[in-house]
Order: sequence, then structure tokens, then C-alpha cells
Amino acid sequence: MIEVRFHGRGGQGAVTASRILANAFVRTGKYGASFPMFGFERRGAPVTAFGRFSDTPVREKTQIYNPDILVVLDPAQRQSPAVFKGLVAEGVMVLNDDEKPLEHPDKNLEKVGIVDADKIAIEEIGFAMPNTCIIGAFAATTGLIELDPVLESLGDYFGGKKLEANIRCAKRGFKEVEVFNFA
Amino acid sequence: MNMNSEKSELKVITGNGAAAISAVLCRPDVVAAYPITPQTEIIEKLSHYHATGRLDAEMVTVDGENSAMNTVTAASAAGARVFTATSSWGLVFMYDAVLAASGARAPVVMVNVNRETPGIIAVSAGQQDMISIRDCGWIFLIAEDSQEILDLVIMAYRLAEDYDIQVPVMVHYDGFYLSYMAERVEVPSQKSVDDFLAVLKTQPERTKLVPGQKLGCGAHGILEGYVELRHKHCAAMERAKDKFEEISLDFEKQFNRSYGGQIEEYRLDDAEIVLVASGSMCGTIKTVIDEQREKGLKIGLLRIRMFRPFPSEKIIKALKGKKCAGVVDRSICFGFKPGPMCVELKSFSRELGDLKILSFIDGIANTDITKINVEKMISMTIAGAKGENVPEVTWISYDKDLKEC
Repeated sequence: MIEVRFHGRGGQGAVTASRILANAFVRTGKYGASFPMFGFERRGAPVTAFGRFSDTPVREKTQIYNPDILVVLDPAQRQSPAVFKGLVAEGVMVLNDDEKPLEHPDKNLEKVGIVDADKIAIEEIGFAMPNTCIIGAFAATTGLIELDPVLESLGDYFGGKKLEANIRCAKRGFKEVEVFNFA
Repeated sequence: MNMNSEKSELKVITGNGAAAISAVLCRPDVVAAYPITPQTEIIEKLSHYHATGRLDAEMVTVDGENSAMNTVTAASAAGARVFTATSSWGLVFMYDAVLAASGARAPVVMVNVNRETPGIIAVSAGQQDMISIRDCGWIFLIAEDSQEILDLVIMAYRLAEDYDIQVPVMVHYDGFYLSYMAERVEVPSQKSVDDFLAVLKTQPERTKLVPGQKLGCGAHGILEGYVELRHKHCAAMERAKDKFEEISLDFEKQFNRSYGGQIEEYRLDDAEIVLVASGSMCGTIKTVIDEQREKGLKIGLLRIRMFRPFPSEKIIKALKGKKCAGVVDRSICFGFKPGPMCVELKSFSRELGDLKILSFIDGIANTDITKINVEKMISMTIAGAKGENVPEVTWISYDKDLKEC
């Protein structure tokens, strides 16, 4: 079972990102469960979401304390110790940012995939909604899922022109993500 | 959702989404509800299905939860199949109407997404809302995951509207942990749900209000009349136990999914020590049990699926001969030290022989019931079984003695 923790802010689509990913895994015959943890729902507030993806049914209903993978939609949290808390050894991060990694932010972080998802979303959708782009980047960085089931799952969340724009975002995220390894 | 399909569909939906789809599949005539966190998504989805023609029901947008419950009760009295959903503050705000619905023996089906209750403002998980209203005369069912939410709503209609029962049913599930948890759910075909509920059409028609006809409706009893109505209500609650077992078996035949009946017994047969719990935490408990079983520990879980009526007979049968049981409550019982379900279980402790009973309180106000917490409960229950000195009540995530309060 792979455990993924999503860090974002209300309005960035972190919750939807976690759901799209669960949807994509289920499309490949696997199991997925994702849930966010917040109290009052409001824009701008920190949002954490959790995703578990597995070959067998996911029964745990707890929050995730030792993630294998971090998905960070809010660039301001890229260095936050709270984000890296509990990351397993050889951990992976998928990050929405326009800057390259300057230093090694956590000893357990082995690989980071960086994509400027805000910029891509502004170009494709018209506003900074980084979530579908980051899911494409997730697929490319981790190799845990193909791009196709991700694109197929988008149809459950968007329609018409929005769907087309989000498909372009996910494809560009997959293609344009830059992966860095910390030796 | 394809309403003409004869096949089930695999979807990734939240607990709230599962509740909404399930309600639609049961073809209610009248839906009235008011949004509240963490239930809002149900109302959004139902409004969407209504707007797109998928939900062919009278959808009443009301000014609050009290009106919602009064609306569905009145519609139910007129013979309609009804649905509503609420949570926490909303449940409290409709309290008098909830009592009126059961007093009138209106077979209302309501989803209650469990959340902490007024007093302390908390937008967080907990079963305190359910506990605060447990003596309202409704049947209470509790789900563990999104699939079971969908399945229990369907079973709830079979139970509530059964001619021999006619008692409203509340389907409970943990807010935040299940309400927003998106997971793999098999959505049955419309036809299979129609077939499952068709049995109700073969039963005698229940008494209902008919325009133009004179009929006293709404329970109003003085002395004997009141006593008679209450006694009959209690008898119906007792009948609901076996009825739910039957419905669960029928459900398994139709949909190929089984959860047990009033209780689920998970690896209980040879277990010496047992955790007793309900709701979403049971998934985590099962995972820990599987891990600890590999180390040779004989542990099991008794999951309470039907909380009202309380499945005393089933619990006695399942726990007899066990050494120690730890009852996990996601709520508190003011005036008693143990949690509410533990207090209720202790009411028949004499029939449980030498079983030692411990109370664990955890998970209130969104406190995460982690695997580490479950491991702690198990090790305390093992210590209890060995006759070691273990506190009768432990607040797992708060390390203080109640005497210090």
C-alpha cells in the first residue's frame, strides 16, 4: 500500500486531486481511498488530504503519519517542517513551484518532481488551479500509475471545455515535470 | 449514473455521495433537507439529481432542520416514501420533530452524519450527536465505510417500511472520516434495488392520511392509550432485530455483499479478547487485529451495526466465554465514567459470565483513532484478561484520571 499526503490551501483543489488519484487507481483494478482533514471549509486555509492506494481493499480510516509520497500544491509550504513530518526513507515529493530545489529540505527525501502547475493552469484553464497538472506530474515522477487512467478519471469531475483544459493540464504536468534526485 | 443499466457500476465516491445515490435508487417521493457540515454534499448531490431529472421526487427546500423533519413526517403520514439527512446541530434543532416522527410510527429514513454536538463548538467527528438522541424511538444503524453507507440506506427502507415494523430508521456514519472519504463503491443497478424493495409492495398497506377521509393521525394517548402505543412501539423495536437479520440475508442474496446482521463478528470464533466498537474505526481495528493475529494473539472485533434496538442477545452469544472485552466509544456518557456503549453492555454483564469489561474513550472531536491507539487498547485488554490491574475507563488520547476533573 502506498500512502500519499497532500498539502495545499483551500481553493487549490488538493481534495479533488486526492480523489482523482483514487479514481485513477480504481480504474486500473486497484483500490484507493482518499479523504481531507479540515474543519470549517474556507479558501486560503491550510488543507491536508490523505490518499491510500493498494492492490487490496483499504480498510484503515486513520490520517497518514508516515507518507511514502508528498504532493505539495502550495509552494509556500515547500520548506515547511510540518510537510516533511514522518516522511519515510527514500521518500518522494511532487511539488508545484516555479523554482528548482536549492537545498535538500529533508534527509528522507530522495526524489522530487517539480512542475510550475500554477503557470500551466493559468495558460490552459485561465486561473491558478494546480491540481490536475500536479496529478500528471505525480504519474511521471512516481511511475505508480499511467497517464491514461488519470485522464479517464478527469471525466468524472469535469465536463465540456473545463474537461479539455484539465486534460491538457494533466498531460503537460506529466510531460513538463522535472525530476531531481538527492543522492 | 445510468438509470437504465441492469448492471452495477464501480464508482469512486464519498460517503456522502454514496448516501445520496442510495437515496435516489430507493425512489423517494418526498425529500426535504437542510445543509450542514459535514452532510452538505448529500443535499448538493440530491439537488443535482433532482435538477437533472434523475431524482423524481418532490424536493422541499426548507428553512431549517426542524421543518425538514416535520415535512418528511407529514409526507410519510400521507403514504409517501421519504428521505432526509442531517448532522449534529441540525439533529438537535429537529429533536422534537424526530420524537414526533417515531411517535407517529412514520417510516422515515434519515442519514445522520456523526459530528460533535453543541455545547462546545466543534466542527469535527464524534458520535455524540447520535448518543444524545439515542432514546428517541428510532432504529439506529451504523456504517463502517462508503459501500456500507449505500447498502444500509437501501436496507433501511426495507426495515422502516416493513408492515410489522413501521419505525423510522437513522443511518449513521462518521463525519469527516467517512463523509468526505472517496473510495471504491459498487453502485447497484436501479432494477436490482427495485427488486429488493418490491417485497414491501406485497405487504398490507399501512394506515395513511387520505384527503377527504376522517382519520385521527399522530399519536395522542392519555393513560392507557399512551401506554399501549409505547408498548407496541417497544415490541416493534424488538421485532426489528430478527427482521434486520432477515433483510441482511436477503441483501446478500440480491447484491452478494454481507456484513453480518445486528453485529459483525470479525475473527471472533477463537478469540479470547475482544474489542467492541462501531463505525469507521472498525476498519483500522481490523487491520491491527490481522497484524497482531500473525503474532499469535487471539483477538477479535465485535462491530455494532445496529445500535437501536441494542443487540443484547447477539452480544451475549458472541462474548460468552471470552476473557476480556474493551468497548471503544467515540462519545461520552455524562454522569457515568465508562462510554455510552460500554454502559449499555454492562447492563447485562451478569449474563456475560466472568467477562471483564473495560471502557476506552477515543476519537472524540476528530481525535484520530490511530493504529497505535488501537494497539494500546489491545494491550490493555490483554492485561485485563490476565487479571492485571487495569483502569476501568481510559481516555486513550488524554492522559488524566477522571478524579482530577
